[in-house]
Amino acid sequence: MTEVLVGTKKGLFVLEGGPGAGYEVTARAFAGEPVEYALRDPRSGRLLAAVSSPFYGPKVFFTDDPAGEWEQADGVALPEGGEQALQKLWILRLGEADGTIYAGGDPGVLFESRDGGETFELNRALWEQPTRPKWQPGGGGLCLHTIETWPGDPDRLAIAISAAGVWLTDDGGESWRKGNEGLRPRYLPEDTPEDEIGLCVHRLRRHPRKPERIFMQFHGGVYRSDDAGESWSDIAPGLPSDFGFPLAVDPADPDSAYVIPLVADMDRVTPEGRVRVYETRDAGASWAPRGDGLPEEHAYLTVLREAFDWTGEGEALELYFGATSGAVFGSGDAGATWFDAAPHLPPVLSVAAA
Amino acid sequence: MPRVCLREPLKRLAGDRAEHELAGATVGDALVALEREHPPLDGWILDERGVMRRHINVFVNGERAEQETAVEAGDRIDVLPAISGGRR
Repeated sequence: MTEVLVGTKKGLFVLEGGPGAGYEVTARAFAGEPVEYALRDPRSGRLLAAVSSPFYGPKVFFTDDPAGEWEQADGVALPEGGEQALQKLWILRLGEADGTIYAGGDPGVLFESRDGGETFELNRALWEQPTRPKWQPGGGGLCLHTIETWPGDPDRLAIAISAAGVWLTDDGGESWRKGNEGLRPRYLPEDTPEDEIGLCVHRLRRHPRKPERIFMQFHGGVYRSDDAGESWSDIAPGLPSDFGFPLAVDPADPDSAYVIPLVADMDRVTPEGRVRVYETRDAGASWAPRGDGLPEEHAYLTVLREAFDWTGEGEALELYFGATSGAVFGSGDAGATWFDAAPHLPPVLSVAAA
Repeated sequence: MPRVCLREPLKRLAGDRAEHELAGATVGDALVALEREHPPLDGWILDERGVMRRHINVFVNGERAEQETAVEAGDRIDVLPAISGGRR
C-alpha cells in the first residue's frame, strides 16, 4: 500500500491505496490551515508537517498518528529580537544521519533537527552568509525550498533558494559555497556578471544512485549537473517549455528525469490546455510526453514545486503530482499511464509518497 | 491589571484558560507577559522581533487597538484572528 501525504491550502490529507486499487482519504489534519509540506520518517514512523498559518506563523508539528494530537517542534524561529521573522516554511527533508531532519523556509533559512523533529536549530553559517544582503526574494518570497542530501554522507548537502541560487556544503553546513556555474537567467541582462546571486532555482533533485548527478528546474531552463551541483548544462531542448516547478527521477535509472512544463513565467499553466509530464531516459538529450490518462483539453493546471513525488523504482515506479486545482494524479507504471488519485482536494501545495 | 481574553487555539496553548490577568502598561507588555507565563504560546501572537503578527487583531474594551495602545487595570484585551488572514 502506498501512502501519499498531500499538503494543501486547507490542511493535510493522508491518502492510502495503490495503483488499480484506488485511494482513500484516511486522515485530515490542520483543517483550514496551509500545510506546505508533510513527510513520514520511515526510521521512526513519525509524521511531520510544516504549517504556515497566516494567523499564528510558520511552525513544524509532529505526531505518530495523523488523526490524533500533533506536538509543536521547538526552535523553528529566527533569533529573537532581530530585524527579521520567519515568514513561511517550504520543505522538510530527511537527513542521512539517524534522527536528522531539515526544514527550509523564508527568508532563505535552513533548520536542522537531530532528534527526529522535536527540536530544530537554525543553520548559522547560511544565516550569516556574507552575500545575504544581496539575496532577492522571488514571487513566493525568499524561499529555501530544496534540500538534497547525499546518500551515505551526512555532511554533503545541496540546497536551493529562490532567488539566491544553489548552495553547497561538504562539512555538514559549517560553510557554504555557490553552485551556479552555467546557469543563464533570461530575466537578467545578458551582461550580468557570472557571480550574480539572484538566480531563481525552482527545484533540484539529486539522483540517489549517482549522487553527483542533479537535475534542476530553473525559472526558464532545465539543467543537469554531473559534478554535484558545481556547474550546470542546459537540457531543455525538446521540451514544449523550459518553465515549470517540480521535478522527479526514477531511482533505478540515473539518466531519468520527469518535469511538468508550464507555458511561461507570465502564464503558469499547462501548455495548450493539456496536462503532460515529460520524461527523459537519456539524461536530458531527449524528452517524451507522458499524458495517457491525464486531462487532454481545457486543462490549465498549475503544479507547484513540492507537488510531485515518487515511490518505488523501475517499471514499478509510482509517480504522484497535485495541482492547485485540487486534483492529484498518479501513475503506477513509471508515467506510461495515469489515473485520478484524488480529484477534489483543496489547492495542492505538496505531495510526498512512500 | 488588564485582562487578556483568548479563543482557540490560543486558549488551549495558555493552559486552556480564556482569561488571564497580566501586568503591563500597553497591549504589547501584556502580550509579552502572557507568553512568558505560557511558553507554548511563544511565537503565536508576537513574532521573533516581538512584533504582533499581521493577521492578529487586538481590541481594548471592544475598541480596535495596537500593540502600543496603553492599558489600565481592569481593561479587557481581546486577541482575535483577523478576517484578512483567511484570504490565503
